[in-house]
Amino acid sequence: MSMTQQAEPAVTTPPVSGPGKEKDGRTQQRSLVLRLLARPEVGVFLGALAILVFFLIMAPTLRQGSSMSTVLYQSSTIGIMVLPVALLMIGGEFDLSSGVAPVASALTASMTAFELTLNVWVGVIAALVVSLAIGFFNGWLLVKTGLPSFLVTLGTFMGLQGVNLAVTKLVTGNVATDDISDMDGFDQAKALFASSFDVGGVNVKITVLWWLAFAALATWVLLRTKYGNWIFAVGGNKDSARAVGVPVNFTKISLFVLVGFGAWFVGMHNLFQYNTVQSGEGVGNELIYIAAAVVGGCLLTGGYGTIIGPVFGAFMFGLVQLGIVYATWNPDWFKTFLGVMLVGATLVNLWVRKQATRR
Amino acid sequence: MDRSSHPRSRRFAPVIAVAAAAALTLAGCSSSSGGKKSEEGAADASAGKATTPRMTVALVTHQAPGDTFWDTVRKGAEAAAAKDNIKLIYSADPNAGNQANLVQTAIDQKVDGIAVTLAKPDAMKGVIGKADKAGIPVVGLNSGLSDWKQFNMLEFFGQDESVAGEAFGKKLNEVGAKHALCVIQEQGNVGLTQRCDGVEKTFDGKLDVQNVNGADKPSVKSTLTAKLKQDSSIDYVVTLGAPFALTAVQSVSDAGSKAKVATFDLNKELINAVKSGDIQFAVDQQPYLQGYLAVDGLWLYKNNGNYSGGGEQPVLTGPAFVDKSNVDKIAEFAAKGTR
Repeated sequence: MSMTQQAEPAVTTPPVSGPGKEKDGRTQQRSLVLRLLARPEVGVFLGALAILVFFLIMAPTLRQGSSMSTVLYQSSTIGIMVLPVALLMIGGEFDLSSGVAPVASALTASMTAFELTLNVWVGVIAALVVSLAIGFFNGWLLVKTGLPSFLVTLGTFMGLQGVNLAVTKLVTGNVATDDISDMDGFDQAKALFASSFDVGGVNVKITVLWWLAFAALATWVLLRTKYGNWIFAVGGNKDSARAVGVPVNFTKISLFVLVGFGAWFVGMHNLFQYNTVQSGEGVGNELIYIAAAVVGGCLLTGGYGTIIGPVFGAFMFGLVQLGIVYATWNPDWFKTFLGVMLVGATLVNLWVRKQATRR
Repeated sequence: MDRSSHPRSRRFAPVIAVAAAAALTLAGCSSSSGGKKSEEGAADASAGKATTPRMTVALVTHQAPGDTFWDTVRKGAEAAAAKDNIKLIYSADPNAGNQANLVQTAIDQKVDGIAVTLAKPDAMKGVIGKADKAGIPVVGLNSGLSDWKQFNMLEFFGQDESVAGEAFGKKLNEVGAKHALCVIQEQGNVGLTQRCDGVEKTFDGKLDVQNVNGADKPSVKSTLTAKLKQDSSIDYVVTLGAPFALTAVQSVSDAGSKAKVATFDLNKELINAVKSGDIQFAVDQQPYLQGYLAVDGLWLYKNNGNYSGGGEQPVLTGPAFVDKSNVDKIAEFAAKGTR
């Protein structure tokens, strides 16, 4: 990853004019609007807003509360995983194994519980251990070998794809796991990971709440803690960060472990929502996660980004995917619409940032 | 700050992972259902083994990793191979160019017969000609109904997707459907498109098509929920693969729709859903039979010169309907993972 980015300060306060308030033009206070536009998440917010308004006009069904709830559900299943992926990208690394990692986690939980006829919570814990271990392995291999994360996690991605398939086939004799919905503890776990509740007649999935809660927590960590500072520092310039005493290896490894945690959570949702897991799923999602983070204002080079931005990035993905359905456009063009919308949204994002930084 | 404490505590993670993996492996040995049972089933099938000389057969399909359907095809092929004293080499790649290369490797290994699927026939034409030239008999299965004869192949075992779609459309008329939604889980797949087209041909009501991302269940679910909400007149959801039918059932209840669900293809969970009435009916193309017959066909040709259909007609393995009236009989076999 490039090391040219400057670390963003943990607490973004507007640049204060020098003492005595002398105005020589260089330290001129920019207007509030410009300062707001310069925030990395504002561009994606405006992009998402534009697409939302567009689809609200094009698709009358989307105006119902229940439709919006479906969009939020779709966004949350992407968004929960986007959070740690975004943190990792701010920290200067990629994780290409993030698409199949949730499947590995769900398979572990399902097979542990089913094959040993245990309470499903045992499977859930086993899956957590395995997921964190996969994340740790990625990070450990990265700092030990010094290879780029693209390569390290590409290896894990391919390795996991094979392991998912081969171990499932070895253990169950099939390529999908058995239904665990009648086992002890399933209902409790489903309540935690995959339940839903009514708010004013609209059915809301619990993943939406988890998504927003995790996002709030991640924002706090990123902006208000020492660890958040470290993330910006290692993503900006690893060597400088190390020179000023930032534990670079710990920060990088722990970021990968966080991705493992996200994979575990998404995997558990998929398991308890759909009762069985197919071993070949998840391929391709890693690009959606990375794209949502980039659309949300995280740089591919690291050192720059927010959490709120990728939240809107994930929302935009969910919105476009389902908005096309609500608008009843020809489904053959689905992927094309998606591609055009995403590039368009990213351009809006870029344009806004340029406007904001122009004097 | 104490830097070493964190990495040390995390150093236990791999140890636990290895322990968990060991536990999983152990679990594989003591499984009460699934794996073991179906292995026993395969052992039963190989009880009466042929005394013909050992031969080698390559089965090359366009399976995507982890697809339940192809797993069943493979089990059928393995059962036939065990019975007929055949060494079966299985390989698969969803990319047509790669699949052609796999056929080439089978030719290089001088196998006694090749069974191949023709999902993208044009890409396979050249390499099948090479096998023909090398004197290796080639049989087709599953897809390629309209091309196998031109390619000078021996025989073909599969379902005519259009015929299956047409039968499905007629069945929809029978059950009184007015507005159906055909769900394609892999955009651009010829066979899947033919199914929807077949349904449209015979179905008297209105048919809409919806593409979904088959690799991501939450996406399938919310896309279908969105579609059902958008159009409340849809009264039948037609899925083209068993796992998607089960997801569609959830979408129907989420959307508060009155639609019923019916599907192409079967799996274990789907059988239970047909039993409980969540899914109205399924069209089975009998993948086990396709794998079994393809391998067995090559054995018969080698040892007795027989070939089904005389090189003129394909052998159709479907469409066979599964609904409440016959589901109990099939459930027994499905539990073993062979239907």
